[in-house]
Amino acid sequence: MNQSDFLKMVSPFKDKVFRLAKRLLISREEAEDATQELLFKLWKSKEKISDYNNIEAFAMTMTKNYCYDRLKSKQASNLTLVHTNYKEKETPLDKKVEDQDSVNLVHTLIESLPLQQKIIIQLRDIEQYDFDEICKMVAMKPVAVRVALSRARKTIREALIKKHNYGVS
Amino acid sequence: MELANIEKLVEKYLNAETTLQDEKTLRTYFKEAVVPTHLQEYAYLFSYFANTKDETFAQTIKLESKKSKKSTVKWLSIAATILLLFGIFIGEQAYKRHQAKKQFEQISKGLRLLSLNLKKGEVAVSSLYGYENTVKKIIK
Repeated sequence: MNQSDFLKMVSPFKDKVFRLAKRLLISREEAEDATQELLFKLWKSKEKISDYNNIEAFAMTMTKNYCYDRLKSKQASNLTLVHTNYKEKETPLDKKVEDQDSVNLVHTLIESLPLQQKIIIQLRDIEQYDFDEICKMVAMKPVAVRVALSRARKTIREALIKKHNYGVS
Repeated sequence: MELANIEKLVEKYLNAETTLQDEKTLRTYFKEAVVPTHLQEYAYLFSYFANTKDETFAQTIKLESKKSKKSTVKWLSIAATILLLFGIFIGEQAYKRHQAKKQFEQISKGLRLLSLNLKKGEVAVSSLYGYENTVKKIIK
């Protein structure tokens, strides 16, 4: 495999890798660095990856793991990781984003989701992968993926409705 | 599509039971139709999803630069180490030579002193022989 073959191979999913990295690492620069690093890693292991029948899924899994590591590492300690306790964050968050428009609000809402739900909503609602692929990427059972996805969607919707009602009254 | 159907789909969507096809239907609906107020939040949601998908990775993919940069640093550090070790070796050799020269000078100075003093003694002793000869002559 030469360079142009490789670039052709990654071009359908490099944006997806980037978007997932950006979703998890929040900052654009971090996401760009991560994408470069990941594509370079893929390139280095190009002999091995020809054995995988689904390189895209493999790349997404790699992205997920790489971003987890980045979030854990000290280097990324300036990025705040929002944990599962969403309820507590709701009120101050609502105030903070009061004057943003509702589409932007969705972004903030997704950002405050637990890491796992964030990944799943990214993979499903933005990248539109089917459930089998998502299960492989995040190494979870189909039921667990559905539960997480449903929870994420409901959380976002409720927060949006709340915001909407505040706006009306 | 009828509103009733959309409401059903939305319900399924919240429970994560929709297929990709269903979700496509929802996306198209919320993009194109006039959305009733009780479903307005979904319009925000789906338009956000669509916006986000437009974002692309605009940088050129670098497959080599980083590696070569890394290896240059590696080779430079190896070269520096070798140079340092070599420098220490040469320095030590020079120091040893210097030390030996200093020792040699000290020893030769000492020996010179010794031989000078020995010569003085010899001159003194030889003058004694002269006295002895005179004494012998007188006694005879």
